[in-house]
Amino acid sequence: MTDPIIKFDKVVKRFDTLTVIDELDFEVGQGEKVTIIGPSGSGKSTVLRILMTLEPIQEGVVYVDGDMLWHEKANGGVKPAGEAHLRRMREKMGMVFQQFNLFPHMTVRRNLTEAPVKVLGMSKAEARERAEELLDMVGLADQADKFPHQLSGGQQQRVGIARALAMRPKIMLFDEPTSALDPELVGEVLSVIRRLAEEHDLTMLLVTHEMQFARQVSDRVCFFDRGKIKEQGTPEEIFGNPKEERTRAFLKAVLEGE
Amino acid sequence: MLFGIEWDTSSNLAFAISILPILLIGMWVTIQATVLGFFIAIVLGLVLAALKSVPLKIVSWPAYAITEFIRDTPLLIQLFFLYYVLPEYGLVFPAFLTGALALGIQYSAYTSEVYRAGIEAVAKGQHEAARALNFKSLRTFTHVVLPQAVPRIIPAMGNYLVSIMKDVPVLSVVTVLEMLNVAQIIGDRTFNYLIPLSMVGGLYLIMTLVASSAVRYLDMNLPKRGLPLK
Ligand SMILES: Nc1ncnc2c1ncn2[C@@H]1O[C@H](COP(=O)(O)OP(=O)(O)OP(=O)(O)O)[C@@H](O)[C@H]1O
Ligand SMILES: [Mg+2]
Repeated sequence: MTDPIIKFDKVVKRFDTLTVIDELDFEVGQGEKVTIIGPSGSGKSTVLRILMTLEPIQEGVVYVDGDMLWHEKANGGVKPAGEAHLRRMREKMGMVFQQFNLFPHMTVRRNLTEAPVKVLGMSKAEARERAEELLDMVGLADQADKFPHQLSGGQQQRVGIARALAMRPKIMLFDEPTSALDPELVGEVLSVIRRLAEEHDLTMLLVTHEMQFARQVSDRVCFFDRGKIKEQGTPEEIFGNPKEERTRAFLKAVLEGE
Repeated sequence: MLFGIEWDTSSNLAFAISILPILLIGMWVTIQATVLGFFIAIVLGLVLAALKSVPLKIVSWPAYAITEFIRDTPLLIQLFFLYYVLPEYGLVFPAFLTGALALGIQYSAYTSEVYRAGIEAVAKGQHEAARALNFKSLRTFTHVVLPQAVPRIIPAMGNYLVSIMKDVPVLSVVTVLEMLNVAQIIGDRTFNYLIPLSMVGGLYLIMTLVASSAVRYLDMNLPKRGLPLK
């Protein structure tokens, strides 16, 4: 693996006394597609939320694209990252949420142009053009003037993906992007993500319960358990021949549920 | 005679007709005090609500303390304070402005709570999405939170508009010639209180009905765009 674009070094995250991420060491390579699977409460979302700077860490260091995420250098030493540093780091990442979190009072187009214009300083014309391209890519070219509530869940999530991509991130974080969808709408969202994984050199980190999908898109699968990576490997290794008893039990339970 | 308008006491009807223009002048003052007081209340209330939502205790705590203080003291005390105490420190406002300011300050405590409830009802995920897209916190507040909070808070704000209107007569104690004060002066001079006071009641009813239907119209016609409204 070349220099990792994401690196967790002995990271600890606690909520009061509850340790949610427990001395986690974790690396993701440039352009790598990594899926995180594991039981509920094992800390999967927390890993993504730490990266998106939605949750601070208590111990350890997270590196993104060569820089510390939650720390910055200050006259020879290291201090907790200030807002300016966090803003610079956030530019590298985009996140897709389980509940979509589209802005309900904005049209689809404005959902996609607001941040590029107001945050990146892109011209309105350029942002609109880019929005058209992205909507076309997710198959929603004709929905730009609608409001989110006028769309189906699957369409909303595709807008959510396009909105994150509009900021030109190097890293895309997906937190169970299809868990809130009716079963018949899951496919359309997964196929957009699959295409993204195949056609782009984006680094992708996905949390999902869709095992078939994880098997298809990932370079590597990480099984999380109690805030640590219990087992990781290629999809063939994890799904075909899991070593750990916990992994086997988890996969068995999930596959039976499907 | 008041405001240069004579009254005619020859019959009840003639009296009523002759004092109507005088009362309407008072009503205009009432409307102006209501509008100005309400404007101050919604602006100041928003500032207080924004301060209360700041995670830093040094900022939010004083805002809570001010709100609580205003809410737990009578409007009349604040009015007297502004009218009699501030001039001792060289701050002299005309009675009307002082009155509108007192109303605005009193009601900003209530409107700030309305804003706060509206702001807190905006889903956590909206803040997270805004953060993920790198919005600054002020922009998140003005472009993401407020537009979603406002449609939710309009009915409650409307109720306060009507309340302010009904509190305007308090300003008569600092000589503001609002409608009730005018009616009382007419009564004092003609010894007929029944007719001017009844007319004030009627005019008030008309004003509040108009105000509340305007608020209801606004509420019904504001685009809700899939906002989950409780
Ligand atoms: N804000 C919070 N306050 C306290 N505890 C929290 C908070 N957020 C998450 N937790 C706890 O942290 C643990 C890990 O949460 P996380 O959301 O990362 O799990 P997850 O693996 O994504 O689970 P799921 O599959 O249910 O989404 C859970 O036990 C959860 O209850
Ligand atoms: Mg989760």
